[in-house]
Amino acid sequence: MTTFDPYAPSRDTTEGTVFSVTGGDWDSLIQEIGSTKEERVVVNMGPQHPSTHGVLRLVLELEGETVTEVRCGIGYLHTGIEKNMEFRNWTQGTTFVTRMDYLSPLFNETAYCLAVEKLLGITADVPERASVIRVMMMELNRISSHMVALGTGALELGAITPMFFAFREREIVLDIFEMISGLRMNMAYIRPGGVQQDLPEGAIPKIRDAVKTMRKNFKDNTTLLVGNSIWLKRTQGIGYLDLAGATTLGITGPVLRSTGLPWDLRKVQPYCGYENYNFDVITADTCDVYGRFLIRMNELEQSLRIIEQALDKLEKLEGAPVMVADKKIAWPAQLALGSDGLGNSLNHIREIMGTSMESLIHHFKLVTEGFHVPAGQAYVAIESPRGELGASVVSDGGTRPYRVHFREPSFNNLQATAAMSEGGMIADIIGAVASIDPVMGGVDR
Amino acid sequence: MTDSGLFGARGTGDTSGYSGLVRTPASTGSSERPYGSYFDEVADDLERAYPEFSHAIERVVVDRGELTLHVKREKLVEVAMILRDSLKFEMCMGVSGVHYPDRTDREFSAVYPLLSLTHNRRIRLEVSVADADAHIPSLVEVWAGNNWHERETFDMFGIIFDGHPGLTRILMPDDWQGHPQRKDYALGGIAVEYKGATTPPPNDRRSYK
Repeated sequence: MTTFDPYAPSRDTTEGTVFSVTGGDWDSLIQEIGSTKEERVVVNMGPQHPSTHGVLRLVLELEGETVTEVRCGIGYLHTGIEKNMEFRNWTQGTTFVTRMDYLSPLFNETAYCLAVEKLLGITADVPERASVIRVMMMELNRISSHMVALGTGALELGAITPMFFAFREREIVLDIFEMISGLRMNMAYIRPGGVQQDLPEGAIPKIRDAVKTMRKNFKDNTTLLVGNSIWLKRTQGIGYLDLAGATTLGITGPVLRSTGLPWDLRKVQPYCGYENYNFDVITADTCDVYGRFLIRMNELEQSLRIIEQALDKLEKLEGAPVMVADKKIAWPAQLALGSDGLGNSLNHIREIMGTSMESLIHHFKLVTEGFHVPAGQAYVAIESPRGELGASVVSDGGTRPYRVHFREPSFNNLQATAAMSEGGMIADIIGAVASIDPVMGGVDR
Repeated sequence: MTDSGLFGARGTGDTSGYSGLVRTPASTGSSERPYGSYFDEVADDLERAYPEFSHAIERVVVDRGELTLHVKREKLVEVAMILRDSLKFEMCMGVSGVHYPDRTDREFSAVYPLLSLTHNRRIRLEVSVADADAHIPSLVEVWAGNNWHERETFDMFGIIFDGHPGLTRILMPDDWQGHPQRKDYALGGIAVEYKGATTPPPNDRRSYK
């Protein structure tokens, strides 16, 4: 042992010598580790590590630079959302689920609302305009989510510029979300029965412009990364997982499609009217990080195509309802944004307070008590940017969910870390995890 | 969940003609054939591939366009194997627990949504066990991806999955006491005061029965 170093103290345990690194002098640490005979080193990576994609802790067993064992430690972002929902009414549930996977809030809301609608038996009654808005919002969300996946993935592998481009595009999408729902994230915009409010005036031309801008801007990242020799060296043949591995581990989304299987719930089990849109399912057959990267890049264009078709449909459906007609479910309130970007429409308040006793009663009952959902259980799965997002919802007939469980693709897919990384180099774990694109808010819920 | 201590209607409290205050109990019987959709085919295939069908499957329920097979827990692994290999349900989408404290000797349900990539079908398995004997055989041997899902259900409900390779807590800290998703586990929280009025924590607020 060398002299005591406050930045890298060590102590002996039955497991071997433990070094605590608190920053500062790495030289003395390397010297000390070098003086031990053992080749095998166990390293704790995270939970506050800049390239573990959030508060993910990886326990790595290394032989030199080769990884022999990986274990994930999760739960650092567990907030008990599923438990909390049991104490709020069905509509309030959307405010909770939207916060699970914070990069794809609209998918969480849609999965939850589709499950509640299935329990209510009103799936067919949801107005077409509401479904089209849902599809458009989800595809915009897919773009913003893939942008974070690509940007942070590249950043974690050492490429900084793609991150700037990706966040520039994400900003465009978030501005649209803000214009439509008032919020950039966690909107609780999609509600059981439809959507919270109609598109504001002038939204469609603005979104058309944004689509045009994004289509042009996406080329920046394509020219930077596709075929880039450094990028290829960091991603090709890395994080290998084939179809057999993916099915037994329950892997879905881009990771499954990178094995060549064109499994996309939007195509195979359509919901929200996805069968009425033209788009392609993107696959790759390389089973590696590069394949997953290409899938995400190409899915952007497919999302733009769907958005354009949705905008065409919306123009034809101008003025159609965006909420079910059933007054026992839909709030009488026609919520609208005020000039401050918040709040309720004064006209509406004037109407329900002054002239319509029925609306007042219904509003009061629906806001305080909520609506009753017939007892039973439902499982609805949708294709989120990360794979199959399933909402298991159980009702006991009351005004609150009895049990809500989200089958989060991030949670499930993160299990593949070990299969993808063991036997590889330590630097490649980062690429493998980034290609799964786990969002810890969704993993831990 | 109590409604004492705060204002709130006793009885039905329905003065508006609002019809929503009637609860519909969940059906407890088996569904009648024909089940509709591809469900008959799934049931037939399973009966053919698994002679012990009538012994292992307690109930077949078709509700809201979904097929649920209620399986005896001793037969769960066998049924799962047949479903995976003969009926091509290649994927299990995890397991979700549900706690029904009022259902004597069947307090816990474990629900497994299955997916067949080959046939593009979905079904659901459900296993119910008593709180006093909350053991269910693990399905990690059948679908490796169930590993974390079973750990989560153990963490949240205390259901023990026998044969799981490492059944430890996954979301809560290792030394946590209790299982948060049980109905007898209080949500907790603190009262919030705002402009002189106090809002109690969520599980002390009045609730509509």
